[in-house]
Amino acid sequence: MFADYMINAWIATSLVAVAAGMVGFFVVVRGAAFAAHALPLGAFPGLAAAWLLGIAPWSLILAFAGLGAFGLARSGEKAPHHTATALWLVSMLALGNLLLSRMHAYSNAVFAVLFGEVLGVSNTQVLAVAAIVAVTVIAMALLYRPLLLSTLSPDLAAAAALPERRIATLFLLIVALVTSAALPLVGASIVFSLMVGPASAARLMTDRPGWALGLSVLLALSTVWSALALAYEADWPIGAFVGVMGAVWYGVGRIVRWQSGRLRRG
Amino acid sequence: MTLLSFLPAGFLDSGPVQRALVTGAVAAVISAIAGVLTLIRGQSFAGHALTDVSAAGGAAAVLFGAGPLAGFLAGALVGGFGMETVELRRRSERDLVAGIMLGLGLGVSALILGRIVSSGSNGGAPVTILFGSLFILPPGVILPVSICGAVAVVLAALFTRPLLLAALDPDLLTVQGGSPRLMRLVHLTMLALAVAVSSLTVGAILSTAFLIGPAATATRLSARPGRTMALAAILGLIAGWGGILMSYKSYDWTDGHAWPVSFCIVALIVAAHLLLPPVFGRLLKPRQKG
Repeated sequence: MFADYMINAWIATSLVAVAAGMVGFFVVVRGAAFAAHALPLGAFPGLAAAWLLGIAPWSLILAFAGLGAFGLARSGEKAPHHTATALWLVSMLALGNLLLSRMHAYSNAVFAVLFGEVLGVSNTQVLAVAAIVAVTVIAMALLYRPLLLSTLSPDLAAAAALPERRIATLFLLIVALVTSAALPLVGASIVFSLMVGPASAARLMTDRPGWALGLSVLLALSTVWSALALAYEADWPIGAFVGVMGAVWYGVGRIVRWQSGRLRRG
Repeated sequence: MTLLSFLPAGFLDSGPVQRALVTGAVAAVISAIAGVLTLIRGQSFAGHALTDVSAAGGAAAVLFGAGPLAGFLAGALVGGFGMETVELRRRSERDLVAGIMLGLGLGVSALILGRIVSSGSNGGAPVTILFGSLFILPPGVILPVSICGAVAVVLAALFTRPLLLAALDPDLLTVQGGSPRLMRLVHLTMLALAVAVSSLTVGAILSTAFLIGPAATATRLSARPGRTMALAAILGLIAGWGGILMSYKSYDWTDGHAWPVSFCIVALIVAAHLLLPPVFGRLLKPRQKG
């Protein structure tokens, strides 16, 4: 399981989990689940195009994810019906489908793009992931306080004259960054689970933002580690376990919440 | 026949094309009705989450050698009623639960599709489930698809007023002696039917396009719910049939390599959404005061 060719997969997925756990916490408290789902799937044509052209995927994925982030920010993250988000999502999926349909192993490619392919991660890939994750963590550290303030108390944020819209856009760009790092590894559809599952459970388990953030990272790490172990041992696609585990964590979070509420009420 | 002479020779005589046209039409009509209600309720994301849960059902049905339609429907029903049972106070919490369900559905889909692919029995299953199988539907599919369509239309006709009222103002419905909860369940059932048939048409993860696209376009063109639904159905129908024709013709455009029909349909839906409201919006929908 820790053979040489697996080491890179361990490193890369762990890095992704740290970033996803951090960003996921804000996705959850800001109620930006749909955007966090649409951005990875919106970057799917980037990966498909890169495969078709036989080039390294990062630049194209970053371009599509960034484009999506700006588009969603402009249409308003909290637009009443999420219509723009839904339509962006389906257009990009359909475009990715068109690109993949030109490949020989069409069905396998669809599967790998959506559900991930972690075995055989190259050194360059690890470096690229590390660079993207480093940028994400730094950006999160810089934005932590304004983001928290604008999320938890919009009134206070307004009083402090925080640039609300710019913060929202920056946040979506950070989500796009994490997406780009994670996409080729765990798959377009599963990046989202990694962001939302652990973070939503962590938020239910503690009310203190700092603790919840740390817990979210820990749960995300444990999720990808078990997923990777299972992918290796039982030949499961890595995405399968990440998706299921997200729901399990949420269930655990609700039970913890319910229990602690009962204790408090006596 | 001169009216239809622009169609490729033999287009309407081909069995797969006929089945595609019927299935696409049913998907367009049910999705229009369910989609407008979903938009009024502001539940796009929940509707989308349902499609991913239905993907897991479709995959499971294929694994057990059944047709995917029953699986799509079962998956969407389980997902919908599952979301309904979790007690939710705030909208952001509702989105979160929808997201968790969605992740679970995709995880299970990945697992089952992985099994099917690695067993070597049906290598095309991921594409069939996720991006549709409109041109390879078996002849027996027309009957169940029509039943799905009929059930949805009958439900919509029986409960038109309470369904709309429950979406717009549940308290008012309660005052009038209706049950918002029952209407939510009726809406969920219609949603599940729409998602199931659309999943056959454009695939589970793209069925959101049918559900949200025409409904959103129609909402921007008309203010009255009934007319919005009719308009959405017509838009969906044009996109569905146009996409089938486009995919069929694309075989000649790009050196014998047809474009996926799901891409063509979604492209038309999105194009309509981008182009029609700016052009016709003012014509059809009088500007509201204030």
